[in-house]
Amino acid sequence: MEGGAGARIREGDCAVLKRDEVFKAVSVLRRRKIIFEKQWFYLDNAIGHIYGTTFEVTSGGTLQPKQEVEETTTETKEAGTDNRNIVDDGKSQKLTHDDIKALKDKGIKGQEIVQQLIENSTTFRDKTEFAQDKYIKKKKKKYEAVITIVKPSTRILSTMYYAREPGKINHLRYDTLAQMLTLGNIHAGNKMIVMETCAGLVLGAVMERMGGYGSIIQMYPGGGPVRAATSCFGFPKPFFDNLHEFPLSKVQSLLSGTFSTEALPADPEENALVEEESNGLSEEKQTSLQETEEEPAPEAPMEINPTEEQDTMDINAEDVEFKENKEKENKENVREKQIKQWERRKKLKEAAALLREKNADGLIVASKFHPTPLLLSLLEFVAPSRPFVVYCQYKEPLVECYTRLRERGGVINLKLSETWLRNYQVLPDRSHPKLTMSGGGGYLLSGITVVLEKGKCDSSNSEALKMEEPSSKRCKLQDLPC
Amino acid sequence: MWRPAPGSPVLQREDLHLASSTCETVGSFYTKSTFILLSKQSVLIHESADLSSRVAFLDMSCECPETSPEPLSPSQSFQHHDQWQSPAKYKLVTMSFVEYGDTIKDGDTAIVFLGHESMFPVKVQHGSMTQTKYGVIRHSTDLIGKKYGSKVTCSKGGWVFILHPTPELWTMNLPHRTQILYSTDISIITMMLELKPGSIVCESGTGSGSLSHALIRTVAPTGHLYTVEFHQQRAEKAREEFREHGVEHLVTVTNQDVCKNGFGVSNIADAVFLDIPSPWEAIGHAKSALKAEGGRICSFSPCIEQVQRTCLAMEEYGFTEINTLEILLRVYNVRTVSLQIPDLGKAAEDNSSTGFDSSNPSHQESPCGNLQQGTVQFKSGVPLREVVGHTGYLTFATKSLV
Repeated sequence: MEGGAGARIREGDCAVLKRDEVFKAVSVLRRRKIIFEKQWFYLDNAIGHIYGTTFEVTSGGTLQPKQEVEETTTETKEAGTDNRNIVDDGKSQKLTHDDIKALKDKGIKGQEIVQQLIENSTTFRDKTEFAQDKYIKKKKKKYEAVITIVKPSTRILSTMYYAREPGKINHLRYDTLAQMLTLGNIHAGNKMIVMETCAGLVLGAVMERMGGYGSIIQMYPGGGPVRAATSCFGFPKPFFDNLHEFPLSKVQSLLSGTFSTEALPADPEENALVEEESNGLSEEKQTSLQETEEEPAPEAPMEINPTEEQDTMDINAEDVEFKENKEKENKENVREKQIKQWERRKKLKEAAALLREKNADGLIVASKFHPTPLLLSLLEFVAPSRPFVVYCQYKEPLVECYTRLRERGGVINLKLSETWLRNYQVLPDRSHPKLTMSGGGGYLLSGITVVLEKGKCDSSNSEALKMEEPSSKRCKLQDLPC
Repeated sequence: MWRPAPGSPVLQREDLHLASSTCETVGSFYTKSTFILLSKQSVLIHESADLSSRVAFLDMSCECPETSPEPLSPSQSFQHHDQWQSPAKYKLVTMSFVEYGDTIKDGDTAIVFLGHESMFPVKVQHGSMTQTKYGVIRHSTDLIGKKYGSKVTCSKGGWVFILHPTPELWTMNLPHRTQILYSTDISIITMMLELKPGSIVCESGTGSGSLSHALIRTVAPTGHLYTVEFHQQRAEKAREEFREHGVEHLVTVTNQDVCKNGFGVSNIADAVFLDIPSPWEAIGHAKSALKAEGGRICSFSPCIEQVQRTCLAMEEYGFTEINTLEILLRVYNVRTVSLQIPDLGKAAEDNSSTGFDSSNPSHQESPCGNLQQGTVQFKSGVPLREVVGHTGYLTFATKSLV
């Protein structure tokens, strides 16, 4: 196992930085500047510590494990009862901007700055106890720079992606992803088909739940699968042994029996690389445009940049021995390329063979494409009595997909749903729902496959008309000719 | 569940009403599920020997030892169970709940799907028969050896689908001994507790085992569930179900009070789940059950007062990342809706209103949208008239390094 809790941070690991409720995925490398929440630091000192350790950022960007400090309870337990005499004259804070800056530049601990701010606030003592609490919390958040380094998980990465880059994952909210994993009965030993354009987040979630047991066939559009988020999980290498990929553009030929690996472009791998790289770059540009107000431009939204991803992926995709050869001569490179291509072809054949068995244990779709054609084709590869789940950011395509699936037959228990997520503030005498909640996290269409009967097409029209009736009624109607 | 009918050989619908109404006091917080249970009326009739004495409800969901007319001691109910099984000695071949199988085998728990949201579980046994509203299903000929997902024609000519069991289908069909957690909550619990194959989980109470099955599914084949239930009969029932479902090697059921005696394990769990009336009393035990290097905890409570006390206890015991949330499911019915076009006094020949139709290309079947009658049709996802507005608050937290 990759050692869950209690594992130590090692160089080269994929880790996640956490400050309050903000996450950021990074790869742990020595002498590498990290910018997170307007702070910069190096991770060198974190290496060797256990995951879950909280660090303080000190001057010069080094990390120090945070000592458990007794909360310096504000000795004066004075507090007002209401705010009738508190006037907002903008003069309550005696420290000026420059004073605060000076304190910071001196390298004074955030905790002490907060204490100074409290002492120099003329209204603090008149504030109610609750308001004092709130004030301290706010200042702490601003001046006390502590970060926790945690091990990546679906919980953390899906929360992170939804908050930081919802566009890259089609606004798939984490609770919706959780529903998909459950509705899809994802577990060890499954043979799953996954079609996603969520940066590899959904794939990673499925891989985590399968724990390296069973197999996954990832269907990809374009030149190759995108697995930027997948690589953030830091899965052990064996998890990739039974991960296959198959190009979406070959699905039709596979279904009609005309598929052959020979018909593929001469150098599929090269195409894949080019396409992915350009993908990555354009995405990068997009997000940096969006996030200019939030963060300084030099900071890449996800610390793992595309070229690096490539590296990690290559390592995963091939044996490490090949990597050493890379530095050698051109001739070697050509040979290596041929080997790669041969391997790729071999993997493709394997994936095709797996699909041809048409006995997959489930189908997960979460993409930017219209779900209907994907479902109508990909369900062919799924065994009967298996769940399938389709995600879409919008409801309307799923309504259509529902209708078409009913016409097609071979599916039961179709359900179009959405989940609402509400977060709460729970404090003594101050509990209430959080002020803002997510407007939407997408929609799901789920169902179960059944044996598809021959000649279903004939009755499809009449069924479409009767669709609105409860199915039990339809059963009775159709019972008669049986 | 596998209980001989009290008195009459054939149970009437009214009997079910009676039996379940006795339980309403227990599950008063959620009356809706009680209602749902009433609609299930599958009866399992055993072919061999005297039919009359071998009638049992598959889902006497509301069975409730305290209030039922003739409470069964655990040993008694066990005896009944054995007697029930004795005619056909079977052996479990597959671990159906954690591993897919292609064909239906003797001893499997299968789901009979009748139609829209109407289904029930059936224990597949040679020689057994199951009664449905479409007629009888004979297990030996109609089920065993067939592929899961097949359409099975019943004696009256109607048909049903036979489905492979999954924790989700089980949740929808299991015999209720308590109020249960449904898949919407279960899914977020599983993800937020970071469960995966190999995880060690502690749970209390076991209740009806709805969450337990989902947890076992997720942590299999190398993980383990330690579940604690203070109600002896419920604990015994759960053990029995785990055995029948071929997952007993993945779960340990302990019959004790988690608030007093804890989970019976220490420093081994990756996650703890609490669904008990006073979770704050079990936070200390939860902490000691979790691994020294940390882990995740979740507590489910219907009332905010419970949540508050739990959060205070969590803070006291040094848990961090305390976060309370609520998740609600919204299901949409797909319907074709037609809206009438108002008559604003325009001449009948006026074709200007065709604009309505061209803006509605999704409906090929009736391209003109019944303009003569003045309606426009479209497909829509319509929310149900009534939905579950609250199940419980879920409070998550992390036990971090000391």
